[in-house]
Amino acid sequence: MTIMKKLLASAVASALMVGGAQAEISNNTVKIGYLADMSGTYRDLSGPNGLKALEMAIADFGGTVKGAKIEIVTADDRNSPDVASSTVRRWLENDNVDMVAGLVASSVTIAATKVIEENDKLGLVNGSAASSITNEYCTPNHIHYTYDTYALSIGTPTAIVKEGGKTWYILTADYAFGHAMEADVTRVVEANGGEIVGSIRHPFPTPDFSSFILQAQASGADVIALANAGADTTNAITTAAEFGVTQSGQTIAGLVVFLSDVHALGTEAAQGLQLTTGWYWDMNDETREWSDRFMKETGARPTMVHAGIYSSTLQYLDAVEKTGSDDAQTVRKQMMDTPINDMFTKNGRIREDGRMVHDMYLAQVKTPEESSGEWDLYKILRTIPAEEAFRPLADSKCKLISSK
Amino acid sequence: MSMIFGVPMAVLSGQLLIGIINGAFYALLSLGLAVIFGLLKIINFAHGAMYMLGAMGTVILFDNLGVNYWVALFLAPVLVGIVGVLVEYFLLRRIAGQDHIYSLLLTFGVALIMQGILTNIYGVSGLRYSMPDMFKGGVNLGFMFLPYYRAWVIVAALLVCFGTWFMIEKTKLGAYLRAGTEDSQLMQGFGINVPLLVSLTYGFGVMLAAFAGVLAAPIYSVTPVMGSHILIVVFAVVVIGGLGSIGGAIITGVLMGVVEGLTKTFYPPASSAVIFLVMVIVLMIRPHGLFGKEA
Amino acid sequence: MSQTDIQSDIQKTILKQQKAEDRRKLMLNGILLVLLLLAPFVMYPVFLMKILCFALFAVAFNLLFGFTGLLSFGHAAFLATGGYTTGYLLSNFSGLTTEMGIIAGTLVAAVLGLGFALLSIRRQGIYFAMVTLALAQLVFFFFVQSPFTGGEDGLHGVPRGELFGLINLEDNLNMYYFVLVVFLACYLLVQRIVSSPYGHVLKAIKQNEPRAVSLGYKVDRYKVLAFVISATLAGLAGSMKSVVFQLASLNDAHWHMSGEVILMTLVGGVGTLLGPVLGATLVVNIEYQLGQGPLRDWVDPILGAIFVLTVLSFRSGIVGEVQKFVRKNMG
Repeated sequence: MTIMKKLLASAVASALMVGGAQAEISNNTVKIGYLADMSGTYRDLSGPNGLKALEMAIADFGGTVKGAKIEIVTADDRNSPDVASSTVRRWLENDNVDMVAGLVASSVTIAATKVIEENDKLGLVNGSAASSITNEYCTPNHIHYTYDTYALSIGTPTAIVKEGGKTWYILTADYAFGHAMEADVTRVVEANGGEIVGSIRHPFPTPDFSSFILQAQASGADVIALANAGADTTNAITTAAEFGVTQSGQTIAGLVVFLSDVHALGTEAAQGLQLTTGWYWDMNDETREWSDRFMKETGARPTMVHAGIYSSTLQYLDAVEKTGSDDAQTVRKQMMDTPINDMFTKNGRIREDGRMVHDMYLAQVKTPEESSGEWDLYKILRTIPAEEAFRPLADSKCKLISSK
Repeated sequence: MSMIFGVPMAVLSGQLLIGIINGAFYALLSLGLAVIFGLLKIINFAHGAMYMLGAMGTVILFDNLGVNYWVALFLAPVLVGIVGVLVEYFLLRRIAGQDHIYSLLLTFGVALIMQGILTNIYGVSGLRYSMPDMFKGGVNLGFMFLPYYRAWVIVAALLVCFGTWFMIEKTKLGAYLRAGTEDSQLMQGFGINVPLLVSLTYGFGVMLAAFAGVLAAPIYSVTPVMGSHILIVVFAVVVIGGLGSIGGAIITGVLMGVVEGLTKTFYPPASSAVIFLVMVIVLMIRPHGLFGKEA
Repeated sequence: MSQTDIQSDIQKTILKQQKAEDRRKLMLNGILLVLLLLAPFVMYPVFLMKILCFALFAVAFNLLFGFTGLLSFGHAAFLATGGYTTGYLLSNFSGLTTEMGIIAGTLVAAVLGLGFALLSIRRQGIYFAMVTLALAQLVFFFFVQSPFTGGEDGLHGVPRGELFGLINLEDNLNMYYFVLVVFLACYLLVQRIVSSPYGHVLKAIKQNEPRAVSLGYKVDRYKVLAFVISATLAGLAGSMKSVVFQLASLNDAHWHMSGEVILMTLVGGVGTLLGPVLGATLVVNIEYQLGQGPLRDWVDPILGAIFVLTVLSFRSGIVGEVQKFVRKNMG
């Protein structure tokens, strides 16, 4: 059966070659699969609202690309790599899906991109944090767009050490992501002349942080860094506020903090928290305009992931239009050759390892007095230039880089 | 500073106190489970969801109706208690007399439904709830900073625990309860409405969970899934204490809080697993838990 | 007519009925087999393999719960152990052929099962369920901590390799038929176990343990053996799953997985042979179909509702209810 398929495919291919390497959009349809957590831990930073962002991108593009229809299929990944792997496989092998968007939990993304690579389609990763996605797990078939752990761990620690936060205590979620984050932070802090005076590995998830906060307090460190995410981070911040950590002169540094987290915490508990973000809705007229439309659709302000989904989808459709093809490598090449200038970023570019490098921002959560409303949460302190924000290719373990 | 196994004495005392505070939470939650199992033989896997409803309810009541903390402390558990009575009346009653396992599966299903619906309405990032003003701040005990609210949690939780224990073990009402659930026909003969008693008992058990939920609202992130993480830990506590033993659940709750607190000091990564380790060991030595009676 | 004649008449009718039932069963099994053989040409093979792996997992669980009366709330531990062991071995030792990896995974799960059994078998009812849950939580903790599992990232890129060094399993059809053969072999094995004298003792233990003890059976030994067989098959399911999907992840070790296999068995029919298979098919399909459709945000509550409905209205599960119906109307 497969032999037949291959024969057929090569026959078709050679026929096309004769016709002069004619680019075309398969089935005259561009089919996008949106795979994300629709019901679990990562729902609010991606989830149903991410789908809305995707739909907005398609609508803004005009609904068709070079006369071809644009279709969306969606699935809840249930944060399970099995579900991701079988769903994506089916999409690509049976349902003619050309591009997979969303991709949140790192286990899901790694599983999905493996399948995408096997089928030579394209994946646009927006939700995942792990920088390993364009490092040891890189493939020629995906692009990591919004942010990653490397970028997040650069901005905040550098700024805080420079402001005089020399001694650090790290609360690390005890799993691969937390460990990677801890290593990154340690490197950055030490490179800037700071010192790690202690760290603690807490189970994931931890409902009560009082014990760990107490230990961090007792360490007397200038800064308590949170190498965790989601509910663990919000719980730790609430508890720190309760135990008077900031009053006693210690700074809290959140490493993976999303707008949805800060919104849940409120400015009272989170005020003063420094964090790194890839995008914020209230940066300029362009971002505000889009965010207003987004809010009309969803009732919430977009997170950086939502913005990334919107922007990357537009970039993708644009590349399909320019090349007239939905072939993964053709489109990826076109995307790599086109600098990104839109409401998400200026002068963003996609590297050969699939990492989209762009400016990141150091932000601080406003105090209740500074904040003018429910979603008026950050002030941007500093722009972290793209060259500094992401792992340099020289340090890359990506197979696409070392093989050159 | 004096040290114990490389940990300063002051840190250790702090951890012990924190352990007791968390233990008070466990005690409150496991008490409700123990009441429900001890009197009704229902394995209530919806207990975590009821705890969550208590916390979510507190926030929702405040956001929509401006209900303050103190009113919520009574109102939220009562509302959740009513939900419990409905669950008992419409669902659990129909499988009375079946193997306990079915009650576990049924309530597990109920929990999934509640969590799922609330997730779709409120998302998972958590709802915002501010600490009541009078609890802001804390007192420096020398070895640690004790927020007033945590002190209140110990007091409130232990008072409710003791009150419940006293009511069930020492009063006439408790005697009716125990008798009614053990020999329902006899009590029915005495003119006591046993089905009602059963509904109310279940309602009361979940009220305790909801009360813990209200206590948790200002200090933990309030999300629709907050109960699912704590559920099996609390179950482990009840089993270690001996299923159905009211006093056992309370004492074990506090004890496990302390054990967990110490683990968080000496080997933090294991703090989520240590209770299960204790459970395996205890059941090896005492098949019916620390305070359980032979069946 | 003498009494013996009457007796032999009765025996004959019983025999006849039994034969008729056997024939029905044979036909049913034949039809199912043909369907399974043709299925990958109609449906998506990877999805079918997923169903088969979970079906095997549920069959294994049911051997313990349905036929021996022991509710394990920790079966996820075996599924995950099988998966991780096989995944790790196949990824790191390229000399191993696929079946060697699978056998190794299965054996490790079996040994773990023996450990679980020795620690838990003396406990009754809910205490048994809780001890198995606690042990499974400890296993989960081990997998979270061990570097070889890749933590929450999971273990990825397990090569499917070649069966006996001959058959290329990268091909979905080959892989499917391999999984099918293993599944059928296990299914038949469980069928044999259940109808063997050993299986009858298990059922006797389920119905009335004290009586089984007083009849002189070494009940504990029977139970331990049943537990180990069940754990072994669950491990095998996990091993195959890791080869099919080319990954192993923490989801398999989570206690929700232990809950899910209970749901599958319950929906299909506890203590029936075909029930768990049907239940697994149904649950996997529901999760998949819902996850794709407009109700994708509602998978959990819908699964919850299925739990509730099953417990309330058809406790014997689909197969159990059908059996009841058939007995009533055809017997």
